[in-house]
Amino acid sequence: MAVSSHDQALVRLFAEGEAEILADWVSTLNLRETRMTPQEAESQGRAVLHALGKAVAQGNANDLRGAEYLEVREVLQGFSRSRALQGFSPTETATFVFSLKRSLFAQARKTAKGDEAFQLLWRVTELIDQLGLFTVETYQKTREELIARQGKEIEELSTPVVKLWDGIVALPLIGTLDSGRTQVVMQNLLETIVQTEAEIAIIDITGVPMVDTLTAQHLLKTVSAARLMGADCIISGIRPQIAQTIVQLGVDLNVVSKATLADALALALRRTGRVVSKLKVPSPSAPQEPPAEARG
Amino acid sequence: MPTTTDTLPITSGDDVVRVRQKVRVRATEIGLSLVDQTKLITAASELARNTLDYGKGGHADIETILGDRRGVRVIFRDRGPGIPDIQQALTDGFTSGNGLGHGLGGARRLVDDFDIQSTVGAGTTVTIARWKR
Amino acid sequence: MDSIPILKIGSALLVTIQVDMHDQLATRLQDDLTEKIVQHRARGVLIDISALEIVDSFIGRMLANIANVSRLLDADTVVVGMRPEVAITLVELGLGLPGVKTALNAERGLALIGGVSAAGQAADDADDD
Repeated sequence: MAVSSHDQALVRLFAEGEAEILADWVSTLNLRETRMTPQEAESQGRAVLHALGKAVAQGNANDLRGAEYLEVREVLQGFSRSRALQGFSPTETATFVFSLKRSLFAQARKTAKGDEAFQLLWRVTELIDQLGLFTVETYQKTREELIARQGKEIEELSTPVVKLWDGIVALPLIGTLDSGRTQVVMQNLLETIVQTEAEIAIIDITGVPMVDTLTAQHLLKTVSAARLMGADCIISGIRPQIAQTIVQLGVDLNVVSKATLADALALALRRTGRVVSKLKVPSPSAPQEPPAEARG
Repeated sequence: MPTTTDTLPITSGDDVVRVRQKVRVRATEIGLSLVDQTKLITAASELARNTLDYGKGGHADIETILGDRRGVRVIFRDRGPGIPDIQQALTDGFTSGNGLGHGLGGARRLVDDFDIQSTVGAGTTVTIARWKR
Repeated sequence: MDSIPILKIGSALLVTIQVDMHDQLATRLQDDLTEKIVQHRARGVLIDISALEIVDSFIGRMLANIANVSRLLDADTVVVGMRPEVAITLVELGLGLPGVKTALNAERGLALIGGVSAAGQAADDADDD
């Protein structure tokens, strides 16, 4: 591709002044502001500058999307991504790129005069601005990916199914039940029922702050599905306000409900034919107790 | 958007089974989750049966859709008597012992996209689709 | 025409459905079952659907029919081994399998069939601990 005369000046700028530009860039870079070490600045700076010089020499002085800028994009992406993942701010990350302008201007002043100087400075500005924006956008995307991933992990952590006893499992729900989460929760519960051969599943909603029609319906579907498979459900932890809401919504929550998880467990144990009783003889490791009166 | 389509006839119970199997293959191809697959195939089974029992036989076009979104679409066509009251058919549930009720409402709940066109005396076309999340 | 094997387990009959059922097979199964319930004076019918990836209204109706006929012949019907994704789909479909008892597996299913109740059995076991 033919290089225009303006761009030729730009090409020369990079080709002839690379070493000086790099030295100036690294020395004037506000290391505190960007939180970089001198070594980092040197090696990252060299990589960017070198790739830039090559791209410009191939005749593309302002279109970052061009194939000539592939290496530049990759270097900046790597830099920006690692900054984003480490928790640096967007400004700290972009300042590294924008501060290159100063060094390029300084070099341009040495080699160009008059109108040509203005043209060159404009070219440089255009180029660096695009690089800076690209860096910020990559940073942004990386942060969004990170947040999405963390969100998923939280989702998975907050819906564990616990085995309370042989044949009895509990699902302590925490937070609001949106459509997507409920599907995951439902499948999780049903699969655990199969794996543990549970007869009774206790769904505890103490940690669910609000129940709307959709949530109530989801709960209902989960209970129905468990029943279809041959397991029974008990719901525990329904707060007074939630109980009222459910009645007002007209949802027929056709399932046994207990105030606390403890009550639900007691019921589940009875239902599965178990009795919990106190030991008549104290175990050897028990602390000394005063002689007991006859206890019922 | 690129698609690939299979057209299967629906004239017997065995054909209904074939429709299920083909839909399963397509659903697996685009990586639908197990639950979404099960819902789609069950809906397809219901509609294929309707085509057989009420529509006096017909066809199913099964398409895989690849593009920004990946999905499976199935179109059931018959030249049967048609459905006089579509709204009614959509609200009919599965009442025990009662073989009537096309189960359309239920099938609709199992898919992402659902469309039904029917003309009395001419026939019925039902289109369903599920997309990969 | 092929048919589905029916096994006798104690006072119950066990049927394991593993293939895609078509109309003839379903009719044949219902006929065979009815005959065997009477022949063996079975107290219950266990239908194992753990191999079924799909249960649609056709199968649902078949199961409900079997339950209805069995009841008239004084036998319980228990469907066992329903897969989670099948249960989720049936609930969404609105198909409830009325008159059909369900259990997680054949062992639990047997306990549901008239005679020893699950709770009674478990209480006996607890005493042995």
